[in-house]
Amino acid sequence: MSQVELASRPASSSTWHMYRAMVGIGVFCGLIIVTVFQLTRPVIERNKAEALQKAIFHVLPQASTSTAYRLDESGAFDPLDRDLGGEQRVYAGYDGEHELLGFAVEAEGMGYQDVIRLIYGYSFAKQAIIGIQILESKETPGLGDKIQSDPDFLKNFQRLDVSLSEDRTRLAKPIVPVRHGQKTHPWEVDSITGATISSTAIADILNRSAQYWVPRIQNNLNEFEERE
Amino acid sequence: MAEPSNSSTDEFLKGLWKDNPVFVQVLGMCPTLAVSNTALNALAMGLATAFVLVMSNIAVSSLRNFVPKQVRIASYILIIATFVTVVDYTIQVISLDLYKSLGAFISLIVVNCVILGRAEAFASKNTVALSIMDGLGMGLGFTFALLCLGGVREILGNGSLFGAQLFHDAFQKWVVMILPSGGFFTLAGWLLLFNWREQRKAKKHERAGLSFREEVA
Repeated sequence: MSQVELASRPASSSTWHMYRAMVGIGVFCGLIIVTVFQLTRPVIERNKAEALQKAIFHVLPQASTSTAYRLDESGAFDPLDRDLGGEQRVYAGYDGEHELLGFAVEAEGMGYQDVIRLIYGYSFAKQAIIGIQILESKETPGLGDKIQSDPDFLKNFQRLDVSLSEDRTRLAKPIVPVRHGQKTHPWEVDSITGATISSTAIADILNRSAQYWVPRIQNNLNEFEERE
Repeated sequence: MAEPSNSSTDEFLKGLWKDNPVFVQVLGMCPTLAVSNTALNALAMGLATAFVLVMSNIAVSSLRNFVPKQVRIASYILIIATFVTVVDYTIQVISLDLYKSLGAFISLIVVNCVILGRAEAFASKNTVALSIMDGLGMGLGFTFALLCLGGVREILGNGSLFGAQLFHDAFQKWVVMILPSGGFFTLAGWLLLFNWREQRKAKKHERAGLSFREEVA
Protein backbone atom coordinates (compact mmCIF):
# COMPACT_ATOMS: atom_id res chain seq x y z
CA MET A 1 0.00 0.00 0.00
CA SER A 2 2.74 2.40 0.98
CA GLN A 3 4.62 1.65 -2.22
CA VAL A 4 1.56 2.45 -4.32
CA GLU A 5 0.98 5.66 -2.40
CA LEU A 6 4.58 6.78 -2.78
CA ALA A 7 4.52 6.10 -6.50
CA SER A 8 1.20 7.80 -7.20
CA ARG A 9 1.64 10.92 -5.09
CA PRO A 10 4.23 12.78 -7.20
CA ALA A 11 2.48 11.74 -10.38
CA SER A 12 -0.89 13.19 -9.34
CA SER A 13 0.79 16.33 -8.06
CA SER A 14 2.60 16.73 -11.36
CA THR A 15 -0.64 16.09 -13.29
CA TRP A 16 -2.38 18.76 -11.20
CA HIS A 17 0.41 21.24 -11.96
CA MET A 18 0.20 20.53 -15.68
CA TYR A 19 -3.58 20.80 -15.61
CA ARG A 20 -3.41 24.04 -13.64
CA ALA A 21 -0.85 25.56 -16.01
CA MET A 22 -2.64 24.62 -19.23
CA VAL A 23 -6.13 25.62 -18.03
CA GLY A 24 -4.82 28.82 -16.43
CA ILE A 25 -2.93 29.89 -19.56
CA GLY A 26 -5.87 28.85 -21.77
CA VAL A 27 -8.32 31.01 -19.80
CA PHE A 28 -5.88 33.94 -19.73
CA CYS A 29 -5.26 33.71 -23.49
CA GLY A 30 -8.97 33.30 -24.23
CA LEU A 31 -9.74 36.46 -22.27
CA ILE A 32 -7.12 38.45 -24.18
CA ILE A 33 -8.41 37.24 -27.57
CA VAL A 34 -12.07 37.94 -26.74
CA THR A 35 -11.24 41.43 -25.40
CA VAL A 36 -9.17 42.37 -28.46
CA PHE A 37 -11.81 40.92 -30.81
CA GLN A 38 -14.59 42.94 -29.15
CA LEU A 39 -12.52 46.12 -29.22
CA THR A 40 -11.37 45.85 -32.83
CA ARG A 41 -14.48 44.35 -34.49
CA PRO A 42 -16.41 47.62 -35.04
CA VAL A 43 -13.35 49.31 -36.58
CA ILE A 44 -12.56 46.32 -38.81
CA GLU A 45 -16.18 46.15 -40.04
CA ARG A 46 -16.12 49.89 -40.73
CA ASN A 47 -12.84 49.52 -42.67
CA LYS A 48 -14.30 46.69 -44.76
CA ALA A 49 -17.49 48.64 -45.47
CA GLU A 50 -15.46 51.72 -46.48
CA ALA A 51 -13.23 49.65 -48.78
CA LEU A 52 -16.29 48.11 -50.44
CA GLN A 53 -17.99 51.51 -50.80
CA LYS A 54 -14.81 52.91 -52.37
CA ALA A 55 -14.71 50.01 -54.83
CA ILE A 56 -18.40 50.50 -55.75
CA PHE A 57 -17.88 54.20 -56.49
CA HIS A 58 -14.72 53.34 -58.45
CA VAL A 59 -16.64 51.10 -60.87
CA LEU A 60 -19.70 53.39 -60.90
CA PRO A 61 -17.96 56.79 -60.87
CA GLN A 62 -21.13 58.84 -61.35
CA ALA A 63 -22.96 57.27 -58.40
CA SER A 64 -23.23 59.14 -55.11
CA THR A 65 -25.17 56.53 -53.07
CA SER A 66 -25.55 52.77 -53.22
CA THR A 67 -27.91 50.13 -51.84
CA ALA A 68 -27.25 46.41 -51.48
CA TYR A 69 -29.91 44.05 -52.87
CA ARG A 70 -30.29 40.38 -52.11
CA LEU A 71 -31.55 37.86 -54.66
CA ASP A 72 -34.12 35.66 -52.90
CA GLU A 73 -35.22 32.12 -53.78
CA SER A 74 -38.13 33.33 -55.92
CA GLY A 75 -35.75 35.32 -58.14
CA ALA A 76 -36.78 38.75 -56.77
CA PHE A 77 -34.43 41.43 -55.42
CA ASP A 78 -34.91 42.69 -51.83
CA PRO A 79 -33.00 45.65 -50.40
CA LEU A 80 -30.68 44.70 -47.55
CA ASP A 81 -30.81 46.99 -44.51
CA ARG A 82 -27.64 45.42 -43.17
CA ASP A 83 -25.05 43.76 -45.37
CA LEU A 84 -24.44 40.51 -43.50
CA GLY A 85 -22.29 38.97 -46.23
CA GLY A 86 -22.47 35.44 -47.57
CA GLU A 87 -25.59 36.20 -49.62
CA GLN A 88 -26.01 36.58 -53.37
CA ARG A 89 -26.19 40.33 -53.79
CA VAL A 90 -25.62 43.28 -56.10
CA TYR A 91 -25.13 46.95 -55.30
CA ALA A 92 -27.36 49.45 -57.11
CA GLY A 93 -25.76 52.88 -57.62
CA TYR A 94 -27.82 56.09 -57.68
CA ASP A 95 -26.96 59.68 -58.58
CA GLY A 96 -27.79 62.81 -56.56
CA GLU A 97 -31.31 62.88 -58.05
CA HIS A 98 -31.97 59.29 -56.83
CA GLU A 99 -31.88 58.05 -60.41
CA LEU A 100 -30.65 54.49 -60.90
CA LEU A 101 -27.30 54.58 -62.75
CA GLY A 102 -26.03 51.04 -62.74
CA PHE A 103 -24.90 48.11 -60.64
CA ALA A 104 -21.73 46.93 -58.95
CA VAL A 105 -21.33 43.17 -58.78
CA GLU A 106 -18.70 41.12 -56.96
CA ALA A 107 -17.28 38.06 -58.74
CA GLU A 108 -14.45 35.62 -58.24
CA GLY A 109 -12.66 32.75 -59.92
CA MET A 110 -9.37 30.93 -60.16
CA GLY A 111 -6.40 32.87 -61.51
CA TYR A 112 -2.84 31.67 -62.15
CA GLN A 113 -1.75 31.59 -58.48
CA ASP A 114 -4.92 31.76 -56.43
CA VAL A 115 -8.50 33.03 -56.44
CA ILE A 116 -8.98 36.48 -58.02
CA ARG A 117 -11.81 38.52 -56.47
CA LEU A 118 -13.08 41.57 -58.32
CA ILE A 119 -15.97 44.00 -58.55
CA TYR A 120 -17.34 45.31 -61.85
CA GLY A 121 -19.74 48.07 -62.79
CA TYR A 122 -22.67 47.27 -65.08
CA SER A 123 -24.62 49.96 -66.91
CA PHE A 124 -28.08 48.76 -67.99
CA ALA A 125 -28.44 51.79 -70.28
CA LYS A 126 -25.24 50.98 -72.18
CA GLN A 127 -25.73 47.21 -71.81
CA ALA A 128 -22.06 47.06 -70.94
CA ILE A 129 -19.50 46.56 -68.21
CA ILE A 130 -18.10 50.04 -67.56
CA GLY A 131 -15.27 49.41 -65.08
CA ILE A 132 -13.59 46.80 -62.91
CA GLN A 133 -11.48 46.81 -59.77
CA ILE A 134 -9.48 43.86 -58.47
CA LEU A 135 -10.29 43.34 -54.79
CA GLU A 136 -7.98 40.42 -54.11
CA SER A 137 -5.28 38.83 -56.23
CA LYS A 138 -2.04 36.96 -55.64
CA GLU A 139 -1.00 36.91 -59.31
CA THR A 140 2.72 36.94 -60.09
CA PRO A 141 4.23 40.38 -59.35
CA GLY A 142 5.41 42.08 -62.51
CA LEU A 143 3.52 39.67 -64.79
CA GLY A 144 0.04 38.49 -63.76
CA ASP A 145 -0.57 41.47 -61.50
CA LYS A 146 -0.66 43.69 -64.60
CA ILE A 147 -4.39 42.88 -64.68
CA GLN A 148 -4.68 45.62 -62.05
CA SER A 149 -2.49 48.25 -63.67
CA ASP A 150 -1.99 47.70 -67.43
CA PRO A 151 -3.80 50.69 -69.05
CA ASP A 152 -4.38 48.83 -72.35
CA PHE A 153 -5.96 45.89 -70.53
CA LEU A 154 -8.14 48.14 -68.35
CA LYS A 155 -9.38 49.89 -71.52
CA ASN A 156 -11.27 46.62 -72.28
CA PHE A 157 -13.64 47.42 -69.46
CA GLN A 158 -14.55 50.97 -70.38
CA ARG A 159 -17.38 49.53 -72.48
CA LEU A 160 -17.41 45.73 -72.63
CA ASP A 161 -20.58 44.61 -74.37
CA VAL A 162 -22.90 42.36 -72.32
CA SER A 163 -26.18 42.90 -74.20
CA LEU A 164 -28.82 40.20 -73.82
CA SER A 165 -29.97 37.63 -76.35
CA GLU A 166 -33.44 37.92 -77.85
CA ASP A 167 -35.01 35.60 -75.27
CA ARG A 168 -33.37 37.73 -72.48
CA THR A 169 -32.05 34.68 -70.63
CA ARG A 170 -28.33 34.95 -71.43
CA LEU A 171 -25.73 37.20 -73.05
CA ALA A 172 -26.07 37.63 -76.80
CA LYS A 173 -22.33 37.05 -77.15
CA PRO A 174 -20.24 35.53 -74.35
CA ILE A 175 -17.23 37.52 -73.12
CA VAL A 176 -14.16 35.89 -74.66
CA PRO A 177 -10.42 36.56 -74.34
CA VAL A 178 -8.42 37.14 -77.54
CA ARG A 179 -4.68 37.45 -78.15
CA HIS A 180 -3.14 40.86 -77.61
CA GLY A 181 -3.93 43.26 -80.47
CA GLN A 182 -6.59 41.02 -82.05
CA LYS A 183 -9.70 42.49 -80.44
CA THR A 184 -12.30 43.30 -83.11
CA HIS A 185 -15.62 43.03 -81.24
CA PRO A 186 -16.89 44.91 -78.17
CA TRP A 187 -17.46 41.65 -76.20
CA GLU A 188 -13.82 40.51 -76.57
CA VAL A 189 -11.10 41.02 -73.98
CA ASP A 190 -7.66 41.93 -75.34
CA SER A 191 -5.22 39.79 -73.29
CA ILE A 192 -1.88 40.91 -71.86
CA THR A 193 1.23 39.38 -73.40
CA GLY A 194 3.09 37.52 -70.63
CA ALA A 195 -0.02 37.31 -68.45
CA THR A 196 -2.30 35.26 -70.68
CA ILE A 197 -3.63 32.99 -67.93
CA SER A 198 -4.47 35.89 -65.61
CA SER A 199 -6.18 37.95 -68.32
CA THR A 200 -8.09 34.90 -69.58
CA ALA A 201 -9.17 34.28 -65.97
CA ILE A 202 -10.60 37.81 -65.76
CA ALA A 203 -12.59 37.29 -69.00
CA ASP A 204 -13.91 33.93 -67.70
CA ILE A 205 -14.87 35.38 -64.29
CA LEU A 206 -16.73 38.27 -65.95
CA ASN A 207 -18.45 35.99 -68.45
CA ARG A 208 -19.65 33.56 -65.77
CA SER A 209 -20.87 36.32 -63.50
CA ALA A 210 -22.50 38.41 -66.26
CA GLN A 211 -24.27 35.34 -67.72
CA TYR A 212 -25.87 34.87 -64.29
CA TRP A 213 -26.55 38.44 -63.15
CA VAL A 214 -27.26 40.52 -66.28
CA PRO A 215 -30.48 38.67 -67.31
CA ARG A 216 -31.74 38.71 -63.71
CA ILE A 217 -31.02 42.42 -63.27
CA GLN A 218 -32.39 43.44 -66.68
CA ASN A 219 -35.62 41.49 -66.18
CA ASN A 220 -36.20 43.05 -62.72
CA LEU A 221 -35.11 46.66 -63.24
CA ASN A 222 -38.29 48.08 -61.68
CA GLU A 223 -37.35 46.49 -58.32
CA PHE A 224 -34.37 48.82 -57.96
CA GLU A 225 -36.24 52.11 -57.77
CA GLU A 226 -34.77 53.92 -54.75
CA ARG A 227 -37.01 54.04 -51.73
CA GLU A 228 -37.26 57.50 -50.17
CA MET B 1 23.54 48.72 -10.14
CA ALA B 2 25.79 49.17 -13.14
CA GLU B 3 25.96 45.46 -13.94
CA PRO B 4 22.28 44.72 -14.67
CA SER B 5 21.94 47.72 -16.99
CA ASN B 6 25.15 46.72 -18.74
CA SER B 7 23.86 43.20 -19.12
CA SER B 8 20.47 44.46 -20.42
CA THR B 9 22.26 46.51 -23.07
CA ASP B 10 24.28 43.45 -24.04
CA GLU B 11 21.10 41.39 -24.40
CA PHE B 12 19.60 44.10 -26.59
CA LEU B 13 22.64 44.52 -28.83
CA LYS B 14 23.15 40.77 -29.13
CA GLY B 15 19.91 40.27 -31.07
CA LEU B 16 20.20 43.49 -33.00
CA TRP B 17 23.63 42.78 -34.46
CA LYS B 18 25.99 40.14 -33.02
CA ASP B 19 23.48 37.25 -33.05
CA ASN B 20 21.08 38.72 -35.59
CA PRO B 21 18.31 36.11 -36.06
CA VAL B 22 18.41 36.31 -39.87
CA PHE B 23 21.98 37.18 -40.87
CA VAL B 24 23.80 35.23 -38.15
CA GLN B 25 21.43 32.54 -36.81
CA VAL B 26 19.63 32.12 -40.20
CA LEU B 27 16.26 31.58 -38.45
CA GLY B 28 12.73 32.57 -39.50
CA MET B 29 13.49 32.16 -43.21
CA CYS B 30 9.86 31.63 -44.25
CA PRO B 31 8.60 35.22 -43.68
CA THR B 32 12.07 36.59 -44.46
CA LEU B 33 11.91 35.32 -48.03
CA ALA B 34 8.18 35.55 -48.60
CA VAL B 35 7.20 38.97 -47.28
CA SER B 36 10.31 41.00 -48.07
CA ASN B 37 9.24 41.93 -51.63
CA THR B 38 8.64 45.56 -50.58
CA ALA B 39 10.12 47.68 -47.79
CA LEU B 40 6.68 48.42 -46.31
CA ASN B 41 5.72 44.74 -46.11
CA ALA B 42 9.12 43.97 -44.57
CA LEU B 43 8.74 46.74 -41.97
CA ALA B 44 5.19 45.68 -41.05
CA MET B 45 6.13 42.00 -40.75
CA GLY B 46 9.26 42.88 -38.73
CA LEU B 47 7.36 45.07 -36.27
CA ALA B 48 4.55 42.51 -35.93
CA THR B 49 7.10 39.79 -35.15
CA ALA B 50 8.94 42.09 -32.71
CA PHE B 51 5.70 42.81 -30.84
CA VAL B 52 4.86 39.10 -30.56
CA LEU B 53 8.46 38.37 -29.50
CA VAL B 54 8.47 40.97 -26.70
CA MET B 55 5.00 40.10 -25.41
CA SER B 56 5.56 36.34 -25.47
CA ASN B 57 8.94 36.79 -23.77
CA ILE B 58 7.24 38.81 -21.00
CA ALA B 59 4.50 36.19 -20.54
CA VAL B 60 6.86 33.19 -20.67
CA SER B 61 9.33 34.81 -18.28
CA SER B 62 6.58 35.81 -15.81
CA LEU B 63 5.13 32.28 -15.84
CA ARG B 64 8.45 30.41 -15.85
CA ASN B 65 7.95 29.00 -12.31
CA PHE B 66 4.29 28.18 -12.94
CA VAL B 67 4.61 26.05 -16.11
CA PRO B 68 5.84 22.45 -15.60
CA LYS B 69 8.48 21.43 -18.12
CA GLN B 70 6.34 18.64 -19.63
CA VAL B 71 3.81 21.14 -21.00
CA ARG B 72 6.11 24.09 -21.62
CA ILE B 73 6.14 23.96 -25.45
CA ALA B 74 2.34 23.65 -25.64
CA SER B 75 2.00 26.58 -23.22
CA TYR B 76 4.48 28.73 -25.16
CA ILE B 77 2.66 28.04 -28.46
CA LEU B 78 -0.64 29.01 -26.81
CA ILE B 79 0.85 32.28 -25.55
CA ILE B 80 2.50 33.05 -28.92
CA ALA B 81 -0.72 32.25 -30.84
CA THR B 82 -2.65 34.64 -28.59
CA PHE B 83 -0.35 37.57 -29.32
CA VAL B 84 -0.32 36.70 -33.04
CA THR B 85 -4.13 36.92 -32.98
CA VAL B 86 -3.83 40.34 -31.32
CA VAL B 87 -1.44 41.47 -34.09
CA ASP B 88 -3.76 40.02 -36.74
CA TYR B 89 -6.73 42.11 -35.55
CA THR B 90 -4.57 45.19 -35.00
CA ILE B 91 -3.24 45.13 -38.58
CA GLN B 92 -6.81 44.84 -39.88
CA VAL B 93 -7.62 47.97 -37.87
CA ILE B 94 -4.59 49.87 -39.22
CA SER B 95 -4.92 48.96 -42.92
CA LEU B 96 -6.83 46.29 -44.83
CA ASP B 97 -4.49 46.70 -47.83
CA LEU B 98 -1.48 45.96 -45.64
CA TYR B 99 -3.33 43.00 -44.14
CA LYS B 100 -4.01 41.61 -47.63
CA SER B 101 -0.44 42.06 -48.79
CA LEU B 102 0.98 40.21 -45.77
CA GLY B 103 -1.54 37.40 -46.37
CA ALA B 104 -1.18 34.17 -44.46
CA PHE B 105 2.22 35.15 -43.10
CA ILE B 106 0.71 37.04 -40.16
CA SER B 107 -0.89 33.84 -38.85
CA LEU B 108 2.32 31.97 -39.60
CA ILE B 109 4.23 34.13 -37.07
CA VAL B 110 3.00 31.46 -34.61
CA VAL B 111 5.46 28.98 -36.09
CA ASN B 112 8.35 31.42 -36.51
CA CYS B 113 11.19 29.56 -34.84
CA VAL B 114 12.83 32.80 -33.64
CA ILE B 115 9.92 33.37 -31.23
CA LEU B 116 9.65 29.84 -29.87
CA GLY B 117 13.44 29.66 -29.78
CA ARG B 118 13.77 32.79 -27.60
CA ALA B 119 10.91 31.66 -25.32
CA GLU B 120 12.58 28.28 -24.75
CA ALA B 121 16.25 29.31 -24.74
CA PHE B 122 16.04 32.67 -22.96
CA ALA B 123 12.72 33.87 -21.48
CA SER B 124 12.00 30.62 -19.62
CA LYS B 125 15.34 30.96 -17.76
CA ASN B 126 15.68 34.72 -17.21
CA THR B 127 13.99 37.66 -15.50
CA VAL B 128 11.23 39.69 -17.14
CA ALA B 129 13.49 42.76 -17.57
CA LEU B 130 16.20 40.78 -19.38
CA SER B 131 13.59 38.95 -21.46
CA ILE B 132 12.12 42.28 -22.62
CA MET B 133 15.57 43.46 -23.72
CA ASP B 134 16.22 40.14 -25.46
CA GLY B 135 12.84 40.31 -27.25
CA LEU B 136 13.40 43.93 -28.27
CA GLY B 137 16.90 43.20 -29.58
CA MET B 138 15.89 40.09 -31.51
CA GLY B 139 12.69 41.73 -32.79
CA LEU B 140 14.43 44.86 -34.01
CA GLY B 141 17.27 42.74 -35.42
CA PHE B 142 14.69 40.72 -37.37
CA THR B 143 13.01 43.95 -38.56
CA PHE B 144 16.39 45.37 -39.61
CA ALA B 145 17.20 42.22 -41.60
CA LEU B 146 13.79 42.19 -43.31
CA LEU B 147 14.20 45.88 -44.17
CA CYS B 148 17.65 45.19 -45.68
CA LEU B 149 16.07 42.57 -47.93
CA GLY B 150 12.85 44.46 -48.65
CA GLY B 151 14.70 47.69 -49.45
CA VAL B 152 17.05 46.09 -51.96
CA ARG B 153 14.26 44.04 -53.59
CA GLU B 154 11.89 47.00 -53.92
CA ILE B 155 14.57 49.36 -55.25
CA LEU B 156 15.79 46.93 -57.91
CA GLY B 157 12.49 45.20 -58.63
CA ASN B 158 10.17 48.19 -58.66
CA GLY B 159 12.47 51.23 -58.79
CA SER B 160 10.94 52.60 -55.58
CA LEU B 161 11.41 52.65 -51.80
CA PHE B 162 8.37 52.70 -49.49
CA GLY B 163 6.31 53.36 -52.63
CA ALA B 164 8.26 56.52 -53.62
CA GLN B 165 9.68 56.27 -57.15
CA LEU B 166 13.48 56.67 -57.17
CA PHE B 167 14.36 56.43 -60.84
CA HIS B 168 13.34 57.85 -64.19
CA ASP B 169 10.64 56.02 -66.19
CA ALA B 170 13.39 54.64 -68.42
CA PHE B 171 14.66 52.46 -65.53
CA GLN B 172 14.27 48.81 -66.48
CA LYS B 173 12.80 47.02 -63.44
CA TRP B 174 14.43 43.76 -62.37
CA VAL B 175 11.13 41.90 -61.99
CA VAL B 176 12.99 38.80 -60.79
CA MET B 177 13.85 40.62 -57.54
CA ILE B 178 10.17 40.80 -56.53
CA LEU B 179 9.61 37.16 -57.45
CA PRO B 180 10.48 34.44 -54.86
CA SER B 181 13.86 33.77 -56.48
CA GLY B 182 14.81 37.42 -55.86
CA GLY B 183 14.43 36.76 -52.12
CA PHE B 184 17.04 34.01 -52.31
CA PHE B 185 19.43 36.13 -54.39
CA THR B 186 19.18 39.09 -52.00
CA LEU B 187 19.50 36.94 -48.88
CA ALA B 188 22.57 35.24 -50.37
CA GLY B 189 24.11 38.68 -51.06
CA TRP B 190 23.55 39.89 -47.50
CA LEU B 191 24.81 36.62 -45.96
CA LEU B 192 27.91 36.89 -48.13
CA LEU B 193 28.52 40.42 -46.88
CA PHE B 194 28.02 39.48 -43.20
CA ASN B 195 30.26 36.40 -43.44
CA TRP B 196 32.97 38.30 -45.32
CA ARG B 197 32.91 40.97 -42.57
CA GLU B 198 33.11 38.31 -39.85
CA GLN B 199 36.03 36.56 -41.55
CA ARG B 200 37.89 39.84 -42.00
CA LYS B 201 37.37 40.61 -38.29
CA ALA B 202 38.58 37.14 -37.29
CA LYS B 203 41.71 37.54 -39.46
CA LYS B 204 42.41 40.93 -37.90
CA HIS B 205 42.14 39.42 -34.40
CA GLU B 206 44.41 36.57 -35.46
CA ARG B 207 47.04 38.98 -36.78
CA ALA B 208 46.79 41.10 -33.60
CA GLY B 209 47.27 37.94 -31.49
CA LEU B 210 50.29 36.85 -33.55
CA SER B 211 52.05 40.21 -33.32
CA PHE B 212 51.36 40.33 -29.57
CA ARG B 213 52.92 36.87 -29.12
CA GLU B 214 55.94 37.92 -31.25
CA GLU B 215 56.41 41.01 -29.10
CA VAL B 216 56.22 38.94 -25.92
CA ALA B 217 58.68 36.41 -27.35
